Amino acid sequence: MGGSLSALLDALDPLCGPVGLFRLFGPNSIISCGDTGWGDEIAFGVKVTITLALATVPVGLVLGFLIALAAQSEDRLLRLAAGIYTTIFRGLPELLTLFIVYYGAQILAQSVLASLGFEERIEINAFFAGMVALAVVFSSYSSEVLLSAFRAIPRGQYEAGDALGFRRHKTMRLIVLPQLIRIALPGLTNLWLILLKDTSYVSVVGLADIVRQTGVAARVSKEAFFFYFIACMLYLVLAMISSFGLGFVERWAQRSGVSR
Amino acid sequence: MNISIRTLAAASVAALSLLAGSALAEDKLVIGTEGAYPPFNSLEANGNLTGFDIDIAKALCVEMKASCTFVTNDWDGIIPALQAKKFDAIIASMSITPERKEQVAFSKKYYNTPPAIAVPKDSPIKDATPASLKGKTLGAQGSTTHANYVEKHMPDSELKLYPTSDEYKLDVSNGRIDGVVDDIVVLSQWVKSDAGSCCKILSPLPIDPVINGEGAGIAVRKTETALADKFTAAIAAIRANGTYKKIQDQYFDFDVYGDK
Amino acid sequence: MTAVTELIPARPAPAAVRAPISVARIAGIVVLALWALLAFGLLMTVINGWDEAKFLRYGPRYLHGLWVTVSLVGLSIVLGALLSIPIAFARMAKNRLLNGIAYCYVYLFRSTPLLAQLFLIYYGLGSFKPQLEAVGLWWFFREAWYCGLFSFVLNTAAYQAEILRGAIESVPRGQHEGAAALGLSRRIAFRKIILPQALIVALRPYGNEIVLMMKGSAVVAIVTVYDLMGETRYAFSRTFDYQTYLWAAIFYLIMVEGLRQVWAVLEKRLTRHLKR
Repeated sequence: MGGSLSALLDALDPLCGPVGLFRLFGPNSIISCGDTGWGDEIAFGVKVTITLALATVPVGLVLGFLIALAAQSEDRLLRLAAGIYTTIFRGLPELLTLFIVYYGAQILAQSVLASLGFEERIEINAFFAGMVALAVVFSSYSSEVLLSAFRAIPRGQYEAGDALGFRRHKTMRLIVLPQLIRIALPGLTNLWLILLKDTSYVSVVGLADIVRQTGVAARVSKEAFFFYFIACMLYLVLAMISSFGLGFVERWAQRSGVSR
Repeated sequence: MNISIRTLAAASVAALSLLAGSALAEDKLVIGTEGAYPPFNSLEANGNLTGFDIDIAKALCVEMKASCTFVTNDWDGIIPALQAKKFDAIIASMSITPERKEQVAFSKKYYNTPPAIAVPKDSPIKDATPASLKGKTLGAQGSTTHANYVEKHMPDSELKLYPTSDEYKLDVSNGRIDGVVDDIVVLSQWVKSDAGSCCKILSPLPIDPVINGEGAGIAVRKTETALADKFTAAIAAIRANGTYKKIQDQYFDFDVYGDK
Repeated sequence: MTAVTELIPARPAPAAVRAPISVARIAGIVVLALWALLAFGLLMTVINGWDEAKFLRYGPRYLHGLWVTVSLVGLSIVLGALLSIPIAFARMAKNRLLNGIAYCYVYLFRSTPLLAQLFLIYYGLGSFKPQLEAVGLWWFFREAWYCGLFSFVLNTAAYQAEILRGAIESVPRGQHEGAAALGLSRRIAFRKIILPQALIVALRPYGNEIVLMMKGSAVVAIVTVYDLMGETRYAFSRTFDYQTYLWAAIFYLIMVEGLRQVWAVLEKRLTRHLKR
């Protein structure tokens, strides 16, 4: 079952599949998909980029939601704590955040484990560090989007929930959240497109993403312009696909608003 | 019945490996290397590691009866990664220098070659004295002995640091920089290839023992000197049994080990 | 008829009801404690790892890097603003060809990473040396600093063009019509009526764009420019000391936060006539 599924996925692979883009250039070009060309390496890079971005979003959204809740809390201390978080992570360059997480998390984890008396090797790999760093940045921006969406929901909606005798989380789930998603969606779409581009930074800590793979190909083959151009085009295509897809989702989310 | 025998077998294997756990754990080594420093270590288009360092590492592992896996890491972060236990040893043509000895422990050298300077074929630079290099831009890989060498001995030249050797090679063949300083083996291999046809070796540079150290050794964490001693013994063993020479002859037509 | 002869005597204010300890308060205290712990830990690393020789050696380099970053970003923003004007007008033009070209430019530069653009310009154009020499542009593309500047200008121009266009289009039609009714020429109307209103709308996004550029500029470190990030990487590569990154973080935070504050004051002042 797993075998046939992966065979199906291989057949539909848009870059190196049987009808893949890189096949168009013939078997012996520098971007063909075998041992002679760089096509399969680059296709792998595309997969890494997409996986990383997709893995970051849920973490970043949940974190961002919690921070938005904290930022509009009635408690001063909680607001302060959330404010410090967003100030730091919106102020640092993404590249620096990544370095700090990549080296710092390892040192931190190691020293915590050592103080507990463990001598295990723990591996914070580039993917995980990249995901954490990007999620942290994503969450600090998405908290802003969600916060302004929260503010766009009138108090009356909460009061209506109270009047219906809902508990707080039920009001949140049934009344606030559906509206929140609809209001926040354009902002979140924008953040997704930014995230997609920010994944390129992980190439610097050695994760084999699009930029990394095309960079290796460019250096070894000395065709720098060609390969970096391919990298740009791949990002462009990813952005086009996502804005198409997300536009669809946005229209779907707005459907109740339109009919009114 | 069949199943129970299998389970039994699996359980006994598990028990055996538990018993042998401590011994096995020692014999599993993760080797860190850069993968961008031909002919010593580099990545092929199919993703495999190749080069002198890699073959020596494999021979050492056979000698030490250890099962080794390789991990590539950017040069800039290779020592922090070792300290953070991403791998157990660095076999990546790392020179044994006093500065690095503060951070890691080294085996004895496994080869020693002098640095050299390469320039474009039509370069006006006639010799490698600090005077004739005054005001010129020189490239070197960051965090290497060669970069430190330029800083100390050619203080009037502008130094540019590159993440890998591939990048300064691109830039010197473009003419962005006036010359590059690196290991003579790396540079002479490169100028003989198509990619290096732009350039020639200007001259070897005199070794500065303070900067260039005692040749390339195998770096391990500072607390694990026993492992360094095992590597030293293994180097002596493969030199004695001829494996070293066999590997050397695949790559070079001279003795890279240097003086005893 | 009765008259009040005695006032109700003064009474003390009711005792303040103590707010119950809520989950939010506990969470706030815990998170703040975590922040304090982190700050303390970082402070201790700095104090324990303090090394005067390192400070004297790398301190001036950091300041130099700071200057490179600030000058690079400042120049990119100014030049990008100039380049963004024709692009924004092309985007609003009725001519479909012009519009299409500007749209493609903006879309291309906004949907690819700055890092890839920089590599394309630095290493990619580097391989066209003979052609660039023939047209006399090689001196420009030879220097990593110029390549960085060039890619930043192209990138920020695309973003700024969208900001400008959005702001100009946000001015209501009535303003155009009002100006026309007053008999103002289109040029004067644009300069005196539309643009001032548009720039106020654009103020906040412009501030965000400068911040984004400042953070994005760290990528030039990868093509051998010694900006703040480049000096940090240099110091790290020599010392393997994690502190080097913390210092860079402090510098970047001060720069970005400072800019945000200045921008907030500026915005407050420029929009004071809109306050009700």
